[in-house]
Amino acid sequence: MPRMTMIEALRNAIDISMERDENVIVYGEDVGYFGGVFRVTQGLQQKYGNSRCFDAPISELGIVGTAIGMAAYGLRPCVEVQFADYVYPAYDQIVSEAARLRYRSAGGFTCPIVVRMPTGGGIFGGQTHSQSPEALFTHVSGLKVVVPSNPHDAKGLLMAAIEDPDPVIFLEPKRLYNGPFEGHPDQPVTPWSKHPLGDVPEGHFTIPLGQAVVRREGTAVTVLGYGTMVHVAEAAAKDTGIDAEVIDLRTLLPLDLDTITTSVKKTGRCVVVHEATLTSGFGAELVALVQEHCFYHLEAPIARVAGWDTPYPHAQEWDYFPGAARVGQALVETMEA
Amino acid sequence: MKNSRPLSFHVPEPEVRPGGMPDFSKVTIPKAGSVQRPAVDIDPREIRDLAYSIIRVLNRDGEAVGPWAGSLTGDELLEGLRHMMTLRAFDARMQMAQRQGKTSFYMQHMGEEAVSCAFRRALEPGDMNFPTYRQAGLLIAGGYPMVEMMNQIYSNEADPLKGRQLPIMYSSKEHGFFSVSGNLGTQFVQAVGWAMASAIKRDTRIAAGWIGDGSTAESDFHAALVFASTYRAPVVLNIVNNQWAISTFQGIARGGSGTFAARGHGFGIPSLRVDGNDYLAVHAVAKWAAQRARSNFGPTLVEYVTYRVGAHSTSDDPSAYRPKTESDAWPLGDPVIRLKNHLIRIGKWTKERHKQAEAEVLDTVIQAQKEAEKHGTLHSGGKPSTRDMFEGVYAEMPPHLRRQRQKAGV
Repeated sequence: MPRMTMIEALRNAIDISMERDENVIVYGEDVGYFGGVFRVTQGLQQKYGNSRCFDAPISELGIVGTAIGMAAYGLRPCVEVQFADYVYPAYDQIVSEAARLRYRSAGGFTCPIVVRMPTGGGIFGGQTHSQSPEALFTHVSGLKVVVPSNPHDAKGLLMAAIEDPDPVIFLEPKRLYNGPFEGHPDQPVTPWSKHPLGDVPEGHFTIPLGQAVVRREGTAVTVLGYGTMVHVAEAAAKDTGIDAEVIDLRTLLPLDLDTITTSVKKTGRCVVVHEATLTSGFGAELVALVQEHCFYHLEAPIARVAGWDTPYPHAQEWDYFPGAARVGQALVETMEA
Repeated sequence: MKNSRPLSFHVPEPEVRPGGMPDFSKVTIPKAGSVQRPAVDIDPREIRDLAYSIIRVLNRDGEAVGPWAGSLTGDELLEGLRHMMTLRAFDARMQMAQRQGKTSFYMQHMGEEAVSCAFRRALEPGDMNFPTYRQAGLLIAGGYPMVEMMNQIYSNEADPLKGRQLPIMYSSKEHGFFSVSGNLGTQFVQAVGWAMASAIKRDTRIAAGWIGDGSTAESDFHAALVFASTYRAPVVLNIVNNQWAISTFQGIARGGSGTFAARGHGFGIPSLRVDGNDYLAVHAVAKWAAQRARSNFGPTLVEYVTYRVGAHSTSDDPSAYRPKTESDAWPLGDPVIRLKNHLIRIGKWTKERHKQAEAEVLDTVIQAQKEAEKHGTLHSGGKPSTRDMFEGVYAEMPPHLRRQRQKAGV
């Protein structure tokens, strides 16, 4: 199997999808000729022509709004919002339109679109290049929300998202674009070529949406995470020596509740981790579900490690980002509780 | 230069408020037939004046005059008259049904019937409208069954939208009528996307976007014009200027721009202004714009100058913000009466036949209403199932919704 970075895996997924289905249309700001500011769409305009892959005006609402119209026509637009921090102008189109179209028209019109957006921090991106707005989408009926954590999943999940009949918010942790990140900013970055999940199958394959995966098997405590935090959680388990079971949720909506409850019922303890701010973050939903479904198995309060309830700062990056030390501390406390 | 005088804040106000005399003296109405009809491939820079004038065909004597006349035959006009009369009768019955508690809500088209009814006739099968909540004429003139519209309004067991939508938010792909959303302006940019898709697929179908004067202030309006202009999308972008956005007069949305149509100039989009109460003019302009789009010359912006005669909705009382008699003073008159007079003038119609037609149309609407009410109304009779509430959120019901459905006992 070829080794790929997450960028290459995403590009490969889009390329194969475009080749398989001529209704797949790719556009966004700087996506066409230039190939995207993160190079995800590099070469696609050259290969498929500018009616399949093209540059868009700087209007997130326009990009998503036109994509909804295209989907109503019968195409499968896979559009890009340059940073998740800039999706808010399109929020009305996503929430009021894309998510509701099938329901309100009783299936007369559907909206098979994918809105890709780089998400997350850990890159000195400051306030508007680091946010993790997933909770704003998991609260919306009718959407699917996906966050891959490695090149292998990124390809399989993106191909599944493009083929999915419903609108998918596809959040790509930009910190993971070129290599895994374990939440140790002082340690050198390793490339995906040195990580087993950099092995990406050639050709078409999909990872079904709505399925979590156990990334590290353990018996002491269950850690629920997604995106960059999956690697941070694995590092925290290693650092503390606690035999944590790390679950990579991959899809937040719909959520794989079975994998979560099976694990927590086994370990009796649970720590939820995400980069996004704490209050009303997706972690709150995870905590509520675990409490509801695993109450009699719990040996300790469910802990949350998240971004602080502040805008994402610049200079204080590593005081803000929930790194391996903070996650490790929560693991220790949960084991001692 | 230093200016130490305090600044003043400007808020536009309509000419007249309740209790005052309606005054449209500042509305300039060009003579019928006086505006040029350019070729469809015209350079938009050459027809900038069309955004500041009003294209009109029917004159005061009910004659069709000028270069925009003649887009429809006498028989087609008779059919158009019937469409408008049907929509008006439909409105009246549904307004009454709301007052009788058979439904929660309704919105009338009174005075604006020509806009959607005539526009529909300029489209071809397969074209797609992205309407607002005030273009039901697109359905009536497009042959959509009235009973289905009523079933939707009543949210009954035969409601094609299964009781999920507020009354009048119709949806019919087959009839080229995109699902109406409560969120204003959103569909304007979606229409552009649909048109882009048609061009991408090298199709021959076109899209039509619809927006009211008030909603042009939404960001979606701007985005729609940018994308339509950038990609030369085959779309007709329609602004229905009925002077009012609920209680807010059109000057609040228009601000200092001379007309809504003039906004198209900044985008390089040919922009026309038309008498929205003149069935013939609406059709001729719609046909021109549709032909432009279909010939790959790109988008057209059209402002229909009309007047919202009725209340904004069944929840609104216009006497609280505008003179009660303002609609009588509206200089462009009533679209039904104007077309009727024209048809009488050309010998295709008589007052007697009109009266008879009114009775026939009313009878048809009442028959449809009886048929619809067999399936129930909002508070009595057949209802959509509770199961339907959980269906259709996604193509396949995910586990969490299945659990919730079980909890709801269905």
